[in-house]
Amino acid sequence: MVTDRLRRYGTEHTEAAPLAVFRVLFGLMMLASIIRFGAMGWIDQLYVQPQFFFPYFGFEWVRPLSGWTYMIFLLCGLSSLSVALGYKYRLSIILFFLSFTYIELMDKTTYLNHYYFISLVSFLMIFLPVHATFSLDAWLDPKKAFQFIPRWTIDAVKLMLGIVYFYAGLAKLNSDWLFHAMPLKIWLPYHYDFPLLGELFQQSWFLYVFSWAGAIYDLMIPFLMINRRTRVLGFMMIVGFHMITGALFPIGMFPYIMIASSLIFFDSSLHIKIINSFLSFFKLDPKVFFNDKYQLHEQSLFNQSKLKLILLFFALQLLIPFRYLLYPGELFWTEEGYPFSWRVMLMEKSGKATFKVVDGQSNKWLYVDNTVFLTSFQEKQMATQPDFILTYAHFLKEHYEGEGWAEVEVYVDSFVALNGRISKRYIDPSVDLTKEKESFGHKTWILPFEDEIKGL
Amino acid sequence: MKYRLLLVLSTFLIFGCETNDGDDTNDGFDRTAMLTNWADNLIIPAYNHYYDELTKLDEAKDAFVTDQSEVNLQTLRTSWKEAYKAWQWVGMYQIGQSESIYLLGFTNTFPADAAQIENLIASGEYNFELPTRMSQQGFPALDYLINGLGADDAAILAVYQGDSGASYVQYLSDVVDRLLNLTSQVVDNWNQGYRETFIANSGSSKSSAVDKLVNDYISYFEGHIRKAKIGDPAGVFTGVKDPNTVEGFYQSDIAKSLFLESLKASKAFFNGEYFDQTGSGESLFSYLKYLNTIKETEALEELINEQFDLAEQKSSALSDNFSEQVVLDNTLMLETYQELQRNVVFMKVDMLSAMSIAVDYMDNDGD
Repeated sequence: MVTDRLRRYGTEHTEAAPLAVFRVLFGLMMLASIIRFGAMGWIDQLYVQPQFFFPYFGFEWVRPLSGWTYMIFLLCGLSSLSVALGYKYRLSIILFFLSFTYIELMDKTTYLNHYYFISLVSFLMIFLPVHATFSLDAWLDPKKAFQFIPRWTIDAVKLMLGIVYFYAGLAKLNSDWLFHAMPLKIWLPYHYDFPLLGELFQQSWFLYVFSWAGAIYDLMIPFLMINRRTRVLGFMMIVGFHMITGALFPIGMFPYIMIASSLIFFDSSLHIKIINSFLSFFKLDPKVFFNDKYQLHEQSLFNQSKLKLILLFFALQLLIPFRYLLYPGELFWTEEGYPFSWRVMLMEKSGKATFKVVDGQSNKWLYVDNTVFLTSFQEKQMATQPDFILTYAHFLKEHYEGEGWAEVEVYVDSFVALNGRISKRYIDPSVDLTKEKESFGHKTWILPFEDEIKGL
Repeated sequence: MKYRLLLVLSTFLIFGCETNDGDDTNDGFDRTAMLTNWADNLIIPAYNHYYDELTKLDEAKDAFVTDQSEVNLQTLRTSWKEAYKAWQWVGMYQIGQSESIYLLGFTNTFPADAAQIENLIASGEYNFELPTRMSQQGFPALDYLINGLGADDAAILAVYQGDSGASYVQYLSDVVDRLLNLTSQVVDNWNQGYRETFIANSGSSKSSAVDKLVNDYISYFEGHIRKAKIGDPAGVFTGVKDPNTVEGFYQSDIAKSLFLESLKASKAFFNGEYFDQTGSGESLFSYLKYLNTIKETEALEELINEQFDLAEQKSSALSDNFSEQVVLDNTLMLETYQELQRNVVFMKVDMLSAMSIAVDYMDNDGD
């Protein structure tokens, strides 16, 4: 029964227009993001100037290429434009995925959930017939133009978006968020001069309303958007929510990306209208794209393995956010299994880590002035994340060995404050970090949280 | 039916926020009142006092220029000490004009570069506005000129009365004039409109006056009190203790009193205590207290005050002469450093976090 329905589902077709509009908006948003990133001077500040970078475990070989780093951004920008145009689409999206992901892997200091989201979506897009219509590829070679594409290809994008919202909602089901209104109780009162809402941000009850509304919003959005009757309401909520959070927090392009992406949930009639009005504006013949042609499901080996890959991709997406269950200790405190899980804006965490470097032979020691090696942004991220602390400790060992120190030991005196709790010692100060190795295992030298944040 | 429920739920989500039934009202913390208190009762009076002391220093300098007598040298030294102490109460306010003219760097970069000062005196040509001249002017340079030129007053006076004495007098005079000139710019600026600009900038952004000054305050506590006054002589960041880097090095008994003065000034700012008179107003202390009523968490403001006291207690056992202290018993210096460090954590980690004030990091996207 179920397999029958699945098989039937696999052969269903739908208009290609929604995916095409999604591709155009996605490409343009990415182009804007890259231009904005460069215009802010961030390429230089984040990837050229720093003398040290925090690599991802297993991706130590991904490094900024000094001046050539600009070329990676250029490649990323050009390929996103090419994706928007649908020109040499497959090559463009692969280049985009690779260059964008490379940029993200260069330094985990800049990790953002929405960058991860973009990497995932662009990976997914490699396998989708996103250029079947309303693309230069289809325009130049009408043989490649299809009005109808397999339905699952559009649903895959919807599923990805749905996972992001729903998991972000699940992550909010914790005692700090729901029963202490943390960290909104810290963040929102600061915006006392926000138009209309500023006054309310000072009031405890409102902060709880905001927290609960946020959680319910995230959990509900996928369902509101799937359902035709609630879709307009859902979209209005998406616009309202992202505009408010965009005005409150420094989240850059993210609100616009989410708003534009959510258009894919709408009926294809909307997207056809968009495409048609574009075509008629430029007096182009719509028949090239609306050619009544179906892109068939090929039973080729390649296609079969492609489908399996996408199923595996989604299985991983569903599982990865729960990997934290494999670690002991409080997730928010140790951050073991924290990233890549749609845990967005859940923590106000800040810390200070002072490293003591000891020459084991002469017993000479010093405290490291972090500003010598790290940018202030890197120092901030490092101070609250054990994997950063470990990487940096090993860097210090090498650095001081280079200065002629012998049998170098590195200890850290660190304090972290989490969601309004008074700062407490974070890492065991008696542990010589040079003896510890990075792995996916639990880091035993993180001191216990001695409190509990209940929930998912 | 299901959809209707969803609709009702979502309407509640969107519009529920706007129903205010009046209870649980909280008037909010008055940032303008805090800025006004800072400007009128702390910053401007402290600058005025500092400027008065500099004027006295200038008079003593004039007398010394006219007659390089031992009495005039001693008066000059006394007024230098008083002005140096008064400086400790304004050093942390690097905002507005004092920030744009680098008042802190040009006033109190220590240790002084004695060799370079000698070069400049010998050449007779120097431009104090160059950033590279910071360690050859200000209080540390004066320290060298009135305490460091010889082993005792007679030896010092001999330099001023010697062959190139006139160049030394000129240099001394130029250093004092520069101090006075820089400070008068800052004082004038506060009196000619900056006070109003400062108070009006009460918004919530990285460039707001509260965010800016709190950042300045903490970075001064961290970099200039904890590090420069205690950490550097104790060799905390180099592994090698360096008795030559104490503040007021040539006036061997002054470092501790300058340090304590700055510590007192920091604590007074935190508590919003009026400068030179009793009373206090809205401050970081009351701001934290207010925020805790929203968050119902531990009393961070008390912890910070206790930590100020602990640092003061620990340092009370230090010798007046930090150079000596470093050489004889560095442990006490390191312990003092640790007490200061704990308050850096309370202020920079806990307080900034509680107030949601971003440290002067580069702006960047978050999520």
